Amino acid sequence: MADLRDTIDNQKDPDADGGSRFGFTKPGRDGIPALLVKVLFLGVVIGTAIALTPALVGERSWTFLVGIWVVTVILVATYATGRALPAKYLVPGTLMLALFVVYPIFLTAQTSFTNYGDGTRNDKQTTVDRIVGSSVVRSDDSPQYNLTIATDGDPESGPFTYFLVPQSDPETVFEGTEDGLEEDPDGVTVDNGRVTAIEGFTVLDIRQVSAAADALDEIAVPTDNGNFIVRDGTSEAFEGAPTLVYDEDADTITDTTTDTVYTAEQQGDREFFVDDEGQRLSDQSWTANVGWRNYERIFTDSRISSSFFGIFVWTVVFATFSVIGTFLLGLFFAISLNDSRVRGQKIYRALLILPYAIPGFISLLLWSSFYNEDFGLINDITGLDINWFGGATTAKIAVLLTNLWMGFPYMFLVSTGALQAIPDELKEAATIDGAGGFAGFRRITLPLLLVTVAPLLVATFAFNFNNFGAIFLLTGGGPFTPDNPTAGGTDILISYTYRLAFGAGGVQIGFAAAVSVVLFVVTGLIAALQFRATRSLEDVN
Amino acid sequence: MRRFARTLGPAAAMVLVMTAAACGGGSGSSSEPSGSDNTSSANPDGGDGGDADLLVWTDSLKIDAVKEVAESFGESNGINVKVQAISEDLQGNFVTADAAGNGPDVVVGAHDWIGNLVQNGAIEPLNLTPDELSGYSEKAVQATTYDGKLYGVPYGIEALALYRNADVVPDEPASMDEAIAAGQKAVKAGEVDSALNLPVGQLGDAYHMEPILTSFGGYIFAYDEGSGYDAQDVGIGKEGSVKAAQEISRLAKANVLRTSISGDNSIALFTSGKAAFLVSGPWALADVKKAGFEYAIQPVPGFEGQEPAEPFMGAQAFMVAANGKNKDIAQEFVNNGVNSEEAMMTLFEGTQLPPAMTAVQEQVDDPDLTVFTEAANAAAPMPAIPAMASVWEPLGKAYSAIVSGKDPVATIKSAGNTINKNIADAG
Repeated sequence: MADLRDTIDNQKDPDADGGSRFGFTKPGRDGIPALLVKVLFLGVVIGTAIALTPALVGERSWTFLVGIWVVTVILVATYATGRALPAKYLVPGTLMLALFVVYPIFLTAQTSFTNYGDGTRNDKQTTVDRIVGSSVVRSDDSPQYNLTIATDGDPESGPFTYFLVPQSDPETVFEGTEDGLEEDPDGVTVDNGRVTAIEGFTVLDIRQVSAAADALDEIAVPTDNGNFIVRDGTSEAFEGAPTLVYDEDADTITDTTTDTVYTAEQQGDREFFVDDEGQRLSDQSWTANVGWRNYERIFTDSRISSSFFGIFVWTVVFATFSVIGTFLLGLFFAISLNDSRVRGQKIYRALLILPYAIPGFISLLLWSSFYNEDFGLINDITGLDINWFGGATTAKIAVLLTNLWMGFPYMFLVSTGALQAIPDELKEAATIDGAGGFAGFRRITLPLLLVTVAPLLVATFAFNFNNFGAIFLLTGGGPFTPDNPTAGGTDILISYTYRLAFGAGGVQIGFAAAVSVVLFVVTGLIAALQFRATRSLEDVN
Repeated sequence: MRRFARTLGPAAAMVLVMTAAACGGGSGSSSEPSGSDNTSSANPDGGDGGDADLLVWTDSLKIDAVKEVAESFGESNGINVKVQAISEDLQGNFVTADAAGNGPDVVVGAHDWIGNLVQNGAIEPLNLTPDELSGYSEKAVQATTYDGKLYGVPYGIEALALYRNADVVPDEPASMDEAIAAGQKAVKAGEVDSALNLPVGQLGDAYHMEPILTSFGGYIFAYDEGSGYDAQDVGIGKEGSVKAAQEISRLAKANVLRTSISGDNSIALFTSGKAAFLVSGPWALADVKKAGFEYAIQPVPGFEGQEPAEPFMGAQAFMVAANGKNKDIAQEFVNNGVNSEEAMMTLFEGTQLPPAMTAVQEQVDDPDLTVFTEAANAAAPMPAIPAMASVWEPLGKAYSAIVSGKDPVATIKSAGNTINKNIADAG
């Protein structure tokens, strides 16, 4: 046995440590092409960093700016110098790990301490601007004006003048500036109820108006009754005024028509502007830090804690059965077809891969309709009258069956590959030693197979542990009991938390992030335990 | 023989696998449109809209009609207009993109998004004159008005109606009871499998159940002309909803309402002649027309001795993004490009949705669409307040549980409690 293992080991890594023997690890001996590639690569890196700098400074994204330059310095320091040899191999992987794994986890963890979600997507300043900005009310007797914007200066910076013709009275023309409205200005050509040309002025076209929008917003053209001329698109205007005023020092919004004062008050996990009686001015709130509140909710909300354990158990059962079931079925097919006496191996193999080749989303939706009680394929063919998704047990069976169908081709592929990697001499030797048939399989084939396949089983377990699609597209987590519409009979943790975070009451990203962090820890622990078990498996071998 | 068996063993297993794979073909289960032409879903850098003076987002079903209107506006104003179809989760993508400053200038969507879009500060109110507004059907304006302000220019309205297979049931029923009785008679005679295709599904369907709820005096949120829907006054669990729940339970026991009929298969079953009646919207019309039997459409009637049924009314509207790069042009487009009889006619012809503008409504001579216009004008706008997001799931599941045989009174009351708690939790 020992000799055999050595043979296998040697087969596996004849030149595993070959790299260090060759020239490219020796400093200072790079060939010309390699040097050129290096120069070009570092040039691109530095060039990109320099090119991005002005934009990032302009956007005041200091974190990104620092991040980009730190990465650039690390890359240059690693590759432009001859020192730090191991770093040359470690740096790219480490950077990728930091960028694609650590950074998202960090961001998720950070978000989990906020109330970010629907209604709290903006910061406070933006929210106040939106609330106040949306409060413009057309004054009751305001005519709708046809608006022409013109300038006697520069079309980009102004100064701008409004020329207004009331739609109800196309003979009258007003000239609007910051000083107010003036009737009948000189040198105006009116055509079809609209000012089309003014002596000494350039009329702005629609693009120029749009480009000058910020400058135009600064201009307030007051009218006699205390209102302002408000632009309505680019070609019309009306008289009106905002009814809300924000007092920055007092942090209050006042409704000028009723003199109601709205102050910021905490309601739930967010603040709203409310009046004395707690009536909200608007449903708009803003992003804020909420500390451990989201985590507290996970562990204290009675609806979550009451269903959590049952769902956790079913998640483990679902993942375990899915892994074992698909593995056994896949292995069975792999062994059957690995026998050289079977004819038409290739056709069978091709056909067996089929479930794997159909996009999962499609087959899940199809399976979902197969299980329909009255019109589904399964009850039709078998003559059964089972309301598959109506009861928790049958729904669980249906989910497991479907996932078996979905998953076995992968295991079949993997097992076939692993089986073919086991040398026939081994089996022959075993047969000679008297371990034929099942004993040979159990003592020789299976252990060797597991060495290759076990890590994949762990990965499959982790995948199924979070196999959102299989549950969500098949049963939607159901069936549900009337007293708890948030936890369904086939819900696994991920589909359950998805519903908690996004199902009711809009998108609660902060809360979802907290749940993700908890799930991350749970799956991480399970995976760690499994890998430890896998290692002991290898030791046995 | 042994060789033969060896070949056949795996073959038998294969047959099972193949059956499952092959039979799938015919029973296309998803009725969701998922076209992806000219699509740029979740367009994080907004790069391909960058050179346009006006960027419009819509879904892939409406893109052709919207494009026509937008392009004619662009031509007459000499600007570049770009229309993009977002095929997946237009609302969610719009909110995210707008907050990041990469969104469109105008979004075309359903009126019931307005509450969520406003609470996220993603759209701006519009300032149409009272004169202009009077050109639209009252319900359409009501639907697009939120917190007393208009947030969208509506172009299409929709509501559920009752489709009847006139080959099976020749006479128009005067009430829901009559319809159900006629349907049950047809089931007994073996002409159809289902008396009434009203989608329930395993997860429930609160949208299609609304006519029953309202006919028995139930409501979801109390409505007030001035302030709109009140999230603090939830009608689920109260008297009308309890009566509706009892009726739903009775209909389920009579096998009229079934969890096996869902939004995925109800239209297909009806068009294949397996149901006497179907409760669905104008989106089913094209399929029903092709079905090859005589059909008739009427507004969903109420139950005998009860109030009239009031399905949800939905409006499709053009909204101006709060964070768009060309807000002035967007306002101009919605105020003057869309808000015109000509544009509304183009939108009607392209989408075949009952029009929201009364002048266009009068020009429609398709009797089927006229029924839908009538149905929509008699319906109540679907609540646009964010609290509605807390209602769909618990209410739908409660309906489904009642249809599966759970106690109607306890179930609907428990759903009411859940909804109230969800609303309180959501802030």
